[in-house]
Amino acid sequence: MIEVKDIYKSFGDAHVLKGVSATFEKGKTNLIIGQSGSGKTVFLKCLLGLFTPEEGTIAYDGKIYDELSGDEKRNLRQEMGMVFQGSALFDSMTVEGNVMFPMEMFTKQSRPEMQDRVDFVLRRVNLVDAHHKFPSEISGGMQKRVAIARAIVMNPKYLFCDEPNSGLDPKTAILIDNLIQEITEEYDITTVINTHDMNSVMEIGKKIVFLKNGLKEWEGTNKEIFKTDNKAVTDFVYSSELFKKGSPDVYRGKELEARSLKNEKSS
Amino acid sequence: MNYLASIGAYAIMVREVFKKPTKWRIMRALILKEIDELIYGSLGILIFISFFIGGVVAIQTALNITSELIPKYLVGFATRQSIILEFAPTFCSIIMAGKVGSYITSSIGTMRVTEQIDALEVMGVNALNYLVFPKIIALLLYPFIIAIAMYVGIFGGWFAGVFGGFSTSADFVTGVQLDFIPFHITYAFIKTLVFAFILATIPSFHGFYMKGGALEVGKASTTSFVWTSVVIIIINYVLTQLMLG
Repeated sequence: MIEVKDIYKSFGDAHVLKGVSATFEKGKTNLIIGQSGSGKTVFLKCLLGLFTPEEGTIAYDGKIYDELSGDEKRNLRQEMGMVFQGSALFDSMTVEGNVMFPMEMFTKQSRPEMQDRVDFVLRRVNLVDAHHKFPSEISGGMQKRVAIARAIVMNPKYLFCDEPNSGLDPKTAILIDNLIQEITEEYDITTVINTHDMNSVMEIGKKIVFLKNGLKEWEGTNKEIFKTDNKAVTDFVYSSELFKKGSPDVYRGKELEARSLKNEKSS
Repeated sequence: MNYLASIGAYAIMVREVFKKPTKWRIMRALILKEIDELIYGSLGILIFISFFIGGVVAIQTALNITSELIPKYLVGFATRQSIILEFAPTFCSIIMAGKVGSYITSSIGTMRVTEQIDALEVMGVNALNYLVFPKIIALLLYPFIIAIAMYVGIFGGWFAGVFGGFSTSADFVTGVQLDFIPFHITYAFIKTLVFAFILATIPSFHGFYMKGGALEVGKASTTSFVWTSVVIIIINYVLTQLMLG
């Protein structure tokens, strides 16, 4: 579980986070949503330790990050997996090399042991024939799977995903969402996903934190989001691709489900 | 003020490069890869340039000797001194700032733009040690290619002098051997080692701390070339004053 208490982060005169508090639960897919510029990415980077908040605390299973020693921070980093928006695969390495990289860096396992683990995680993300391909030789969806495989290869306690399905077609996006949810539940990971995709919200939003202008505007689940009276949230929800005319068929079921939840609330 | 901040950031970067080293098994592979890219990959262009510059130095020296009182072996002497003292260590380093420096800035800059450096940091890897340290170690071999550049440059001078009819082979060889001061080689190699460190770290600094997208990677490469060249020229002056002055 990750507990964030009242964090502030500024860049010069730009106050990006203005006292955000939230709790991200274990074994659940926790979503951070909000419009562009709402502070989602900065918030995620604070959780990752890439940015240091000026005020407030972040506790990982009770351990407050700022109170840890350098070695403890490094050990904690090794318990985190991250799926970047653009996958961030090392383009000089093959798929296998990318997935094996954290193990080579931080474990003393033998080559066959590492190979077994790489084969296992690549099978887990449904990639079986791509071991020796370079990132530039595979599709965007496959790159995301490799990034997920690399993120889970060290059995992380915390998994962070920044816009995991941006740039993917709707069907592949749903596959990636489901894969992240399955992995979260299977390995009991605290997963935090940064997204503005309402389809993801519908699919895997077990816990949702809505940010607006650097503040937490709303918090709830994917069922509750369609029943809220918060105008900022409803504006965000109903301006999404999911509810636009001519949106892909794959969204149709989700749209009807959302509308029925909304009707359920009004009746 | 910005320049001071950049110098400070550069010093902090250099300190970070030597902290929390990467596993030796991985580092060894990275160093060998960098030797291949930075040293072996630069050998061809430096041999080519050295040969022709050596030839040009010999021809221009010969053409400027108009007085019968000046001995012809001065062509060999001037070629040797120019190549060993300045051309091989300094001029070659400026060329390397273009070739190797741009490569280092653009490769690290692209990793920054595509979040590969963030990925390393999130994993708990010291990205500066992982990316920059192997380059510094690989460039410790830089004096070897400069030694080759010295040899080829003097050979180019002999070739142009003899086959262009500007000097006899015996005169040229006499000039090359005349008043040879071994410390000049030491001076040249000390300069080369300092330049090697500059060639590895300044372009890395520009790549590592760049912000923006693909266009900015190109701009960072250009800026890196300019600053690497400027620093090499200033350090060249300082070292020459200290060691020969």
